Amino acid sequence: MNPAPEIRNDVPQIEIAGVTKSYGNGPAVLQSLDLTVCREEFVSIISPSGCGKSTILKLISGLTAPTSGTIRVEGMTPQNARETVSYVFQEATLLPWRTVTANIGLSLELEGVASDRRKKTIASLLALVGLNHVAGAYPRELSGGMKMRVSIARALATSPRLLLLDEPFAALDEMSRDRLNEEILRLRSEQKWAAVFVTHSVAEAAFLSDRIVVLAPNPGRIHAVFPVDLPSPRVAALRTSPEFDALVSRVSHALRETLAA
Amino acid sequence: MKQRLLTAVNALVVFAALLVLWQIVLWVFRVPPYMLPTPYAVAKAVHTRLPTLLNSLAITAEESAGGLAASIAVGVVIALVFAQSRWVRKMFYPYTLLLQTVPIIAVAPLILMWVGAGEPAVTLIAFIISLAPIIANTTQGLISVDENLVHLFLMHSASRAQLLFKLRLPHAVPSLFVGIRIASGIAVIGAVTGELYAGSSQVGVGGLGYSILYAWSQLQTDYLFALVFATTVLGFCFFFLVMFMEWYFLHRWHESARVPEAE
Repeated sequence: MNPAPEIRNDVPQIEIAGVTKSYGNGPAVLQSLDLTVCREEFVSIISPSGCGKSTILKLISGLTAPTSGTIRVEGMTPQNARETVSYVFQEATLLPWRTVTANIGLSLELEGVASDRRKKTIASLLALVGLNHVAGAYPRELSGGMKMRVSIARALATSPRLLLLDEPFAALDEMSRDRLNEEILRLRSEQKWAAVFVTHSVAEAAFLSDRIVVLAPNPGRIHAVFPVDLPSPRVAALRTSPEFDALVSRVSHALRETLAA
Repeated sequence: MKQRLLTAVNALVVFAALLVLWQIVLWVFRVPPYMLPTPYAVAKAVHTRLPTLLNSLAITAEESAGGLAASIAVGVVIALVFAQSRWVRKMFYPYTLLLQTVPIIAVAPLILMWVGAGEPAVTLIAFIISLAPIIANTTQGLISVDENLVHLFLMHSASRAQLLFKLRLPHAVPSLFVGIRIASGIAVIGAVTGELYAGSSQVGVGGLGYSILYAWSQLQTDYLFALVFATTVLGFCFFFLVMFMEWYFLHRWHESARVPEAE
């Protein structure tokens, strides 16, 4: 057996270089964006509304092409790298006619994974996100937080090395949101994926990330980058610590600057 | 359950009241029986001519069901084609509107000329008249899929067939049923209307529409009423059958098909 390749955290997972994006003949949504995300790194992107945050995720996943500049994911074009990437949307976007189990299995099914292997993966994911008791339920029977868990489990089913999260918890109440944030940290410590996490919430970004990128609007561009040096493992109590408060207020300040400019 | 029983009882009470009102009108205005027969005469007509009536009912039911089944099959296929490209939709969609707006009564003589009188002609009329709502609703269902779900499928390298059969088609089933519900009503109307023209290949024996004309020409007003009643019953049966199928296929996952809790 070959030894598992050593994973080094300074190897880039995503390289975005000089990317500008405009739709049709409209004004640029993103302007000369440069951003590198390393293996296993968790980067949050935060900005006022309408800075092309979601566009960044669409570019990384190859759902849309940049007007100029290049994007590489693990050295490949975004389209070729899709196998390594999963996307979690703002809404849970489940198939309402499928049970929780069948929804989690969807991504594997589309990629042609055999059914016995699929069943094994689904079973372990159900346990991982705590959904065993609703395995046979349909989405409409679930709460918002549970639907989001299904959506996350579905994304993790293909063992991605990169997770793109587009404001996944924006529609949830604060309690479910905090719980899911802790869940995300736990899953990540077990599975070691890199993530680009788009959010409106400074506290959420601070709690989850290794790095926070603040975008300025019109056109979307990088305004400031904050490395996050909070102790790990991160636990719920961190949210009330002074370091956490200090970071949140620095990021919030930067966010306000983008509006003043 | 108790609620539904109560609803049924209420409906029966209204029916009884209408019968009484009918009888009172006959007494007060002294209407001759060939204009308006008594409820009893109608019931008697139903009883004495039951085999003929059932035969007519069966013929019309068969024509309507055949027309409806054909329009579901053809309509879904057309909708699947429409869902493939915006251009195809733009080119052909106006013609489905034509299907809906052309007065079937005006076209019926042509169909008679081409197909000849009898059940096939009537089935064809029921098919034509019920096709448009199936196409329109199913197409709408197929193309109104959440964009993010399409993205999700593309992210996991879904094929065109997977997109169609695992996403668009199941998503369109509730809309398809909306179409079928509308179509089922007009398929019956289409069949009865068709029979008024294309009637029967055999004198005196035919579906409800044909028998209505026949009873009218013979001034058998009591039987005419029985036939109208039978037509209504047929329409009801179709409607409830479709409702039941809709419930059966959708109740586990779709909001619209849930049996509402007792209020």
